[in-house]
Amino acid sequence: MIQENLVSTSWFLPELGLTAGIMLMFLLDLAWKRHPRRVLFLTVGTLLFLGLAGVLLAMQPSAPRALFNGMIASDPFATFFKWLFLAAAALTVLIAAGSTEFGRHQIGVFYPLLLSIVLGMFLMASAVDLLMMYLAVELVSLISYALAGYRQGDRKAAEAALKYVIYGGVASGIMLFGMSYIYGLTGTTSLLGLGKALDGLAAGAMGSSQTALRVALVVAVIFVLCGVGFKIASVPWHMWCPDVYEGAPTPFTAFLSVGPKAAGFALAVRFFWSALAGSPLGNGPGALTEGLSDLPWPAIIGVLAAVTMTLGNLTAIVQNNLKRLLAYSSIAHAGYALMGLCAASAVGVQSVMIYLLVYLVMNLGAFLVVIVVAQATGSELIDAYKGLGRRHPLSAVSFAIFLFSLTGLPPFAGFTGKWYLFVAVLQNYSLPGGGWYAALAVIGALNSAVSLYYYMRIARAMFLEAPVGAVTVRPHLGYQIMLGVFSVALLLFGVWWSPLIDWTQQSLVFLRG
Amino acid sequence: MISQHNVLSWATFFPLLGLGLIVFFAAVRALAGLSKTALDQASRIIATITSGGSLVCALLAWHWYDPSAAGYMVGGHATGVQLVQHFTWIKTFNVEYLVGVDGLSISMVLLSGLISFVATIASMPWWGGSKYLAMAGMTDHGDGHHPKHFSVRMVPGYMAMLLLLQTGMMGTFVSLDMFLFYVFWEVMLLPMYFLIGIWGGPRKEYAAIKFFLYTLVGSVLMLLAVIAIYYSSHSAQMADGTFSNAHTFNLLALAQQGREGVFTLAAPILGFAFTKIIFVALFIGFAIKIPMFPFHTWLPDAHVEAPTPVSVILAGILLKMGPYGILRFNYPLLPDATAWAAHAMAAFGVINIIYGAFVCLAQTDLKKLIAYSSVSHMGFTLLGMAAMTPTGISGAVFNMFSHGIISSMLFLIAGVIYDRAHHREIARFGGLASVMPEYSALTGLAFFASLGLPGMCGFISEFMVLTGSFPTFMLLTAISATGVIITAAYYLWAIHRAFLGKLNPLYQGYPDLVWRERLVLYPLGAIAIVLGCYPYAILNVINPTLFGLIASIRPL
Repeated sequence: MIQENLVSTSWFLPELGLTAGIMLMFLLDLAWKRHPRRVLFLTVGTLLFLGLAGVLLAMQPSAPRALFNGMIASDPFATFFKWLFLAAAALTVLIAAGSTEFGRHQIGVFYPLLLSIVLGMFLMASAVDLLMMYLAVELVSLISYALAGYRQGDRKAAEAALKYVIYGGVASGIMLFGMSYIYGLTGTTSLLGLGKALDGLAAGAMGSSQTALRVALVVAVIFVLCGVGFKIASVPWHMWCPDVYEGAPTPFTAFLSVGPKAAGFALAVRFFWSALAGSPLGNGPGALTEGLSDLPWPAIIGVLAAVTMTLGNLTAIVQNNLKRLLAYSSIAHAGYALMGLCAASAVGVQSVMIYLLVYLVMNLGAFLVVIVVAQATGSELIDAYKGLGRRHPLSAVSFAIFLFSLTGLPPFAGFTGKWYLFVAVLQNYSLPGGGWYAALAVIGALNSAVSLYYYMRIARAMFLEAPVGAVTVRPHLGYQIMLGVFSVALLLFGVWWSPLIDWTQQSLVFLRG
Repeated sequence: MISQHNVLSWATFFPLLGLGLIVFFAAVRALAGLSKTALDQASRIIATITSGGSLVCALLAWHWYDPSAAGYMVGGHATGVQLVQHFTWIKTFNVEYLVGVDGLSISMVLLSGLISFVATIASMPWWGGSKYLAMAGMTDHGDGHHPKHFSVRMVPGYMAMLLLLQTGMMGTFVSLDMFLFYVFWEVMLLPMYFLIGIWGGPRKEYAAIKFFLYTLVGSVLMLLAVIAIYYSSHSAQMADGTFSNAHTFNLLALAQQGREGVFTLAAPILGFAFTKIIFVALFIGFAIKIPMFPFHTWLPDAHVEAPTPVSVILAGILLKMGPYGILRFNYPLLPDATAWAAHAMAAFGVINIIYGAFVCLAQTDLKKLIAYSSVSHMGFTLLGMAAMTPTGISGAVFNMFSHGIISSMLFLIAGVIYDRAHHREIARFGGLASVMPEYSALTGLAFFASLGLPGMCGFISEFMVLTGSFPTFMLLTAISATGVIITAAYYLWAIHRAFLGKLNPLYQGYPDLVWRERLVLYPLGAIAIVLGCYPYAILNVINPTLFGLIASIRPL
């Protein structure tokens, strides 16, 4: 057992690299306390540790393998998400470095805490044991609570943090309760053995006990979904999202909207795929629903998806604070991505992966413009964006590109992502009892049209209305370069997305029991 | 450089090239300091040249197109599609770059090139009398009461959006890959939104977002239909000779499969026949563009608020996307459902004709009147298409072309008077013929062309549609013929109120047409007359394709 742990360590190097980074960055923060170029040094240091984790990740063999006695998995699926987290963290560090929301001293603690979240997300993406899943979620959540209230002396930040803690505590408690159901039924916490154990239970049970088993399992699934839904901010576990997004420092909000959300999806995919799919991974539509196929989890997620995107989009229409608007929009996007999950197929998971990747770029970009404008005008309200098209064309045009991409208009990458989600859903409509997939696709499509309305409210303020006041918007060069790179990337992957397909296709390899 | 193998791509991407140049010059201005006037003039010249280049390519394509040629072969069947350019775009998803034209699309390519160029010329503040320029607010210092003219406001942005729009339109007409078609279709939306929203009239924000939302609802339904069609299709040969992976986006191959009944065998959706559901989804998407009652309400708003050249493009080309899409998707891919829906299409067509005409009678704003007359006239296209007779369908497509010419002319005419008077209330004018005789004569020409006076192209199209659809829908055709009378009524009444009678002293001394306006109005008027006398210039080209199209649909 100890030997297994020791052997596993060599597959755990990226995480170890991050751990070293967390500890050293705390120390360096102290060492450079009064150094004049402290922010620059700390930023470079954090980026170096993220780079180190990246190098170690790139060196890892790609064959799937269980580590630490089946606690976590090392497989291409996890690796894909780890790259995504590293990218999100690195971009967040770059954004935070130029932000005025952190004091000179606060940033020294922000960086190592960010690295800790990345570590937690690494574990979320690779956990294959219910307990490990829970611990990873808690690691990410606890640090997120602290960072949500990071703006000192800000009432909104304090409120945000408190709300986050309460919602998070309840959600993870319910999730743990659901897990205890599963453990009680099967006697195992390993996701890898869960599928077989459930099939055995289903075969052994008869009549009324089969019904009881199914009810218990559906309740357990919904409870686990509660924890996942909290992380990805899906309805009805989304209440914290607008307040936290508004109260947290904007660079961290940007990170929160892409990183932990992606991690939540990784966790959900692994849970449903490993635990509830009886048959090996197939490529055809509906491959996941075999085995315990009468368990209606795709339908449960489908309903969640429809409600989440509709509610998110409709509520976003009336928002005037950009951070709140983007919070509701991110709820809606969680709904879109859930469509891929509920398709319960390899293409479905692939579409979620593509979507999260594209979403990372466009949403970070959108928050970056929010930071740029807030730095110049001190306001996050939509009125501050009036006439931005004339005051700073680069910011306005790239924001417009991010918004069009979020709407899902070609030729931007957001369209690619949405296209694959719809493909995944519509592929299933001809399955027996799969007619609701067609209805879900229509709901999703109409939601895109609704989202256009509030995204275009921003575009309208930027381009159609005259500026109020004479505030100059002049972001520093680093931000300008990032805006340009993000825009070009979205345009590029909107017309040439073969690399996205190839990469996600190769990453569709899971550790299986 | 430009050959038969790439002329369509040139026609499509010439304007995009211009957009790139304008962005380049804007960057030069930001970095190296180019004067605003220089940048404005540069972007105007670039827009004129690239839009003209696109027109030249369209004319070349028209010249090279041979209506009798067998054309591109799909699965051993001749499609009549020519000037094909074909290569793989996204191999893993079977998406290809496939452009080509048949008789239907070459007529639309020509129309698109022509009207785009006309709209570009109409966007220039050049070639005008000095007195008139000040009246229109084209001189940089307006008088404070009137907003600055669109042709001098944020010029590089305007030209860039105009060129992007042209690329989107041309691309939509030439693409024969479903995915490519959808991308171009959506690319048109953004520039249109900004052109209306930034350079439009008082209620521009409302009109722009209304246009955008209506069209997007249609196109997301279309998107779902495209995906569903793709996954019900069979494999087809790709550009590199290999067969695609299980399914295809190739519209020509899909049309072949549609004729073979592949889609009638597809699994039903929620208990409804696949072909019917898909037909309805596609049809709604296209009907919003036509615009068909009850989806037409975006059109009057968009037209009234849009600047003149944008109205011209909207009426001249964008409305044609609707019937074009129906003829490109619904008819060949879903022939059974098309036969099933023919009666409904005809009924909606008649509603468009009659309702549009009656609403015109109630209009006080000249531009709104012309906008609703578009609703009425596009009804003829719907009716003719639904009839499935050779005369009916070629009349329908001829109507698309002739309405493109005439309505562009009408909107230019509305723009002329708006530039001078800053309002378009028909009742507030009067006796304009005595101060602006040339303008009044051209207006009369355009009005008569539109109401279907023999000798002009409007007459040919209405006559063909009515005679073509009479055998199929006797009652509906009889009802729609009364629309012609109402049309005559509203046009003649408008002429009577605005141009005849005693001159309103307010308009004393108004300058008549200037060269910029002559340059666009006379050619369009000439085309309207030439096509009215010799419609075979168009009919010879479109007929073989259209006859083949309706032959595949089971007669009613």
